[in-house]
Parts: sequence; structure tokens; C-alpha cells
Amino acid sequence: MTTMGEKGYVRATPAERRPPPGDRSGVFGWLQRNLLSSPTDIALTVLCIAFIGWAVPPLVRFFVVDAVWSGADRTACLATPQNPVPGACWAFVRAWFSFFVYGFYPMAARWRVDVFFAALAFGIGWLAWLSAPRRGIGAIYFFIVLPLLSFVLLSGVPRLALITIPTELWGGILVTVVVATIGIVASLPLGILLALARRSDLPAVKGLAVAFIEFVRGVPLITVLFMASVMLPLFVPERLSPDKLMRALIGVALFASAYMAEVVRGGLNAIPRGQYEAAQALGLAHWRVMALVVLPQALRITLPNIVNTFIGLFKDTTLVFAVGIFDFLRTIEAARADPHWVTPVTGVTGYAFAALFYFVCCYGMSRYARSVEARLTRHRR
Amino acid sequence: MADTAPPPSRHARRFGSIALQAALIVVVGGLAYAAVRNAAQNLADAHIVSGFAFWNNTAGFDISQTLIDYSPSTSTFGRAFWVGLLNTLLVAALGIVLATILGFIVGIAQLSRNWLVSHLAAGYVGLIRNVPLLLQLLFWYNSVLVSLPQLRGSVALPGGGILNNRGLFLPRPQIGSGFGYVVAAFVFSLAAVALFRVWGRRRQDRTGRPGHLQWWALFLAAAVLAFVFVVAGSPITFSVPRMGHFNVVGGVEILPELAALLLALSIYTAAFIAEVVRAGVLAVAPGQAEAAKSLGLRSGATLRLVVVPQAMRVIIPPLTSQYLNLIKNSSLAVAIGYPDLVQVFAGSVLNLTGQAVEVIAITMAVYLIISLATSLLMNLYGYAIAVEER
Repeated sequence: MTTMGEKGYVRATPAERRPPPGDRSGVFGWLQRNLLSSPTDIALTVLCIAFIGWAVPPLVRFFVVDAVWSGADRTACLATPQNPVPGACWAFVRAWFSFFVYGFYPMAARWRVDVFFAALAFGIGWLAWLSAPRRGIGAIYFFIVLPLLSFVLLSGVPRLALITIPTELWGGILVTVVVATIGIVASLPLGILLALARRSDLPAVKGLAVAFIEFVRGVPLITVLFMASVMLPLFVPERLSPDKLMRALIGVALFASAYMAEVVRGGLNAIPRGQYEAAQALGLAHWRVMALVVLPQALRITLPNIVNTFIGLFKDTTLVFAVGIFDFLRTIEAARADPHWVTPVTGVTGYAFAALFYFVCCYGMSRYARSVEARLTRHRR
Repeated sequence: MADTAPPPSRHARRFGSIALQAALIVVVGGLAYAAVRNAAQNLADAHIVSGFAFWNNTAGFDISQTLIDYSPSTSTFGRAFWVGLLNTLLVAALGIVLATILGFIVGIAQLSRNWLVSHLAAGYVGLIRNVPLLLQLLFWYNSVLVSLPQLRGSVALPGGGILNNRGLFLPRPQIGSGFGYVVAAFVFSLAAVALFRVWGRRRQDRTGRPGHLQWWALFLAAAVLAFVFVVAGSPITFSVPRMGHFNVVGGVEILPELAALLLALSIYTAAFIAEVVRAGVLAVAPGQAEAAKSLGLRSGATLRLVVVPQAMRVIIPPLTSQYLNLIKNSSLAVAIGYPDLVQVFAGSVLNLTGQAVEVIAITMAVYLIISLATSLLMNLYGYAIAVEER
């Protein structure tokens, strides 16, 4: 407490009234708050507008206004007197579109790929829609029925009048989707097993799991793929040697399972101890505690992280080029070099199309992950 | 129900767990044994002698960027390994520096109160994170850098550089005699500035007057350095690149492969670092910044003294894993032919020697060691800045 000494200050008159603060609502208020609140702010706004003005119009001109939408070959996309600076050559993408989707898959059998895509979309929809009916059956469909069905459809079973299509002919988005799907279908169960093993009390089990996870996470995917492609044929007897796509799939599945294990472990760590103890008190044995009480909760809260891992896996499928697999990006690279279509803008157009495809897929998945997260944390708000 | 059976005794459970572990070890060991036996059989069939004898054989292939002396006719495969490893370390180190700078700028920009700035930064992050790195790398290499001018149309940059589609050529500094004096003067002035800074801090603690002495000290030190440099006879000269008939002669060459890899790696990783930085700053309780403001700190000082030190503790662990990702992603060099460890060693050397097992094992071991060393260093730094708990 200050004492009221001689030097103390005591206000004797009421403070002067100050004008009320200015109107901070409405469009002008918004502008003032968010774009023009200080001299630095104004300078930043001007800089940003200048940047947008510099970058956006040429992009729009290149990809939309000056773009060539149809044509039979490269001459359509070359500079002409009417169109001195040619834009993106979408005609090239249209001409090669079915190659981008199916690769060299035989024309007569492409309906099988379409059925596979539809079956896959159905399974994804079933699992992704959190309040869909019978999601347990959905999981069985996705992790057991779908892989078998895909194998029958894509590879073919002569006895069912489906001719065998060797994997060398597979390509494009088909291969990208197959690699990513097998990656998730194999890595989720493997990752759960590894995560449980890593939390085990048994030193041998835990040690092996830690060694595997840390080893795989410490090396680049390319070296894992090299290992799968070069060393795997050495490790198995010659007659069992898997084909090229199979080797890449094994490499991707092992790689993804190490990352998935860490994600699942994070979810397991987030389950309170009381859940284990309550389940044990009810008389459940260890495996039933895990399968009936802990894992369902852990997987539910890690679903956003699982989706994010899958986004990483989806982008990483592009790396299978290194072992000679013809994935979507490789089909772009191959088509880009086609002499019928070589122009200065063909490459950029191909890359833009690929970027659009990956962006739509990955962005869609990350929006989904975010909506699940919002749903899971709704009770906290 | 079988619930009436007595629960297994502790003894039985212990026996069960030992049996389970023994079975696991037998299975894994058996698989490993079978794999090794098959490998030995297959290698013998292919007439490949396993072992590391190839290490000292002459390599016989050329490498486009060598930081140490290397010649295809006399150098060994072992030398090629070191060349590749150094190239990997070079691109990783440069990439980490660039990605950190860009990532922190974008991360802070995402938190800006300016609507345009934050949305532009968020757009950058959203776009870059959702497009595969390999696609971005191919785009930079095949679509952007290829449109640089040919040799004859080379662009002369201010300061003596030359730019064309074979690379960026910069003046190479050459060290003359008397350079030791300059180094000594540099070390001396660095120490002097540090001392001044400490002294200024102490004085501020004692008197409360903010010490801006370090700026004067910096100026003085620069003046001393310049003086010594001139007196010692300007011992640094530059070998300026000039146009030859078939190529650019002299100077330092930055390959287009290196430039494309650096661009792609740093732009891609920066988007992830930006998210890490944003999350780290948001993790600092808003009360901290408000308290600093109410103590009268300006916004710069609030950031520097209150927010950043606390945010760094949250940022360091995920930042480490981003650095590790960048190092591992540098192996994408193989797609555009930048001679990194994977391209030189797991590519050329493997193809020439056929020693798949040895070469892949060495390559993986190198990445493992780099990963472990990086996380060790970052953990040490994390401990150094951790909160001292009471």
C-alpha cells in the first residue's frame, strides 16, 4: 500500500472523456483490422498484392486462357501467329489419358481395372464413413475380401475365363493405387503387431521390434526398395523369386509398417492405464484386453494420424520408379518424351496434371483426417 | 465357460513367456539362416565372390561433381564411396540451412495478423505438402532449369558469375600467403566482440541502461579486419569464370542437378518445418506474450526473449525428424543424376561390381549412422535448452 505522503498523487478531477473506439465491424472494420492495422501491415499487404498480381495472371493465362484443349498432335501446341506464346497443352493429356490410368494393360481387359477401382472405392467409403452400418464387416471386406478380389481381377485366373495379365503390363494410376493400397492393407496389421511387440514386457520380442522399426525408419525408402529388388531374389530359392512389382510391394509394405507401428504406439500410449486395469479386473486375458478394449479405442484416436501416414505413403509410391515400376509419374515421364507430342510446354503440362492428381487425393485425405479429428475432440470444446 | 479353471500360476506364466521368446528367436534365426544359405548358394551360382575386396579396385567411371580429388582411371571404388558420401552431406547441409530459414519465415508468416500474409503462407504449405517431392524435383530439373540459356547465350551475372544450362559458375576464392594474419585478426575480433557483449550485458544488469555497445564493437572489429586484410596484401584473390570455346573455364561450378535438388528439398521440407514452427509458437500460452507486453517489452523483444525460447522446446523434436527426412530424401538425387551416395555407390558401383549385399548394407549403414548422429546432436541441444525443473 502506498501511503498518502506529501508526494503522493491523488486525482482530484474526473478523467477527461475519450471518444469511443471507431467502428470495428463491417467490411471497412475487417479491412482495417486484418490488412491495414499499422504501417508495416500496410506495407505487407501492398507487397502481397503485388506478388499476387505478378504471379497469378500469367499462371491463369498459361493454364486456362492460352491453353490448347484439343488437337491431334504436337503441332496444335506449337507457337503460331495467332497464339505466339502457347499455353498448357491439355490436348496432350487428353490423348494420353488412358495410358496414364491403365499403363500397358490390354485394352480388352480394362473393364477389370474399372471394377477394381469401384470395389476399392466402395471399401474406402465403408471404412471412412464413421457411422456406416456394420463397419466390422467393412474391415473384413477391405483387409481380406478386397485383396483376393483384386488379385483375381487384376492378375487374372484363367480358370474363371480371366486371362492372366503379367504385372509388367500394369501401369499408371492403377499401379500407384495398387502400391498404396497394398501398402496400407499390409502395413496396418503389421504395424499393430509391431507396436504391441514394442510395448511388450518380453525383452526378445521388444528388442526385435525396436531393432526393425528403428532400422527401417533410419534409412531412405529408396534403399529399402533397392534392397527388396536386388537382395530379396538372393535370399529366397530361385524358383520362389517374386516378380518385380511384388518385390517393390514387399519393400513398401515393410517400410510403411515401421511408420505405422510408431503411429499405433502413440495411440496405445494415449489410452489411460485404468482401461487395462478395468478390463483385467473383469477377468479378460491379455489378448482379449488388447483386442476388445484397448485397440478399438487406440485405433479410433489415431485414425487422423493413420490417414496422415497414408498420405505420406501415397506420395512415396512415386519412388518405385527407382526399381523400374511403371507408376503414374513414370507414365507421365514416358509420355512427355513421345516425339509426336514434344513441345516446350508438354513437360510442364504433364507435371501440372500429375500435381493436380496428387494434390486432389492428398488434400482430400487430409481434409478427411481433420474432420475426423474435429469429431474426436468435439467433447473437449 | 472355462472361468472355473484356476488362473495360471506365476511360474507357468514365466515359463510361457520364455517359451514364446525362445520360439520367436528360433523362427527369426531360422529365417535369417535360410536367407544367408540361399544367398550364398545364389551368389555361388552367379560366380560372385562376396567380401569387400572390390573396395580397392579401380573404379573406372567418372563422377560429375567431386569435392575431393578423383580420377576415373586411378581412383578406387572406395574413393567413389567417399565422393558420393561427401556430395550427400553437401546437399543435406545446404538443404537444412535453406529449409530452416524458409520454414521459419513461412511458419511465422502463417501466424501473421495480416490476413493476406497468413493465407498466402498457408496456401504455400498446403500446395507443397500435398504434391510428391519426386514430382517437384522433376519439375525443377526438367521444366525450369532446362529453360536456362545455352552455353552461347550464357548470362553474365553481376560480380563475375556466369549462368547457363550447364550450371551456375561463381568466382572461386584463392588463398594467398599472409592469409594466416587475416584469420588471426578474424578470430581476435570475434573474441573481442563476444567480450564486449558480455560486458554490455553485465553493465545493463548493473545499471539498467540497455547496452548497444556491441554494435560499436562489431563496427570496430570489422574496421580492424579490413585494415589487416589490406596490410597483409589482400591475400584472397578470385578466379573468375570466363567463357571458353566449349565450356566455361575456371571458377566454382554449381551443377543444375545440385541446384534442382536443393530447390526441391528445401522448398518441400520448408513447408513441413513451417507447420512445426506454427505449432510450436501456438503451444506457448498466450498469457506469456500478454505478460511480456504488460511488462513493457516491445513486440520484437517479446518474441526474442519470451515466446521463441519457450517455443523452441516444442519445436526441436519434430524439427529433428524433418532434418532426418531431408537427409533421407536427398537420396532422390538418383532420379536426376546428382552424384550422391545412392547414385554413385548403390547405383554405379553396384552395377559395376555386382556386390549387391555388401553395397546395400554399407549404404544403409551410412544413412543409419547419419540419422543416429543427427538425432543425438539434436537431443543434446534439446537437453541444453530444456526447462530446469525444480
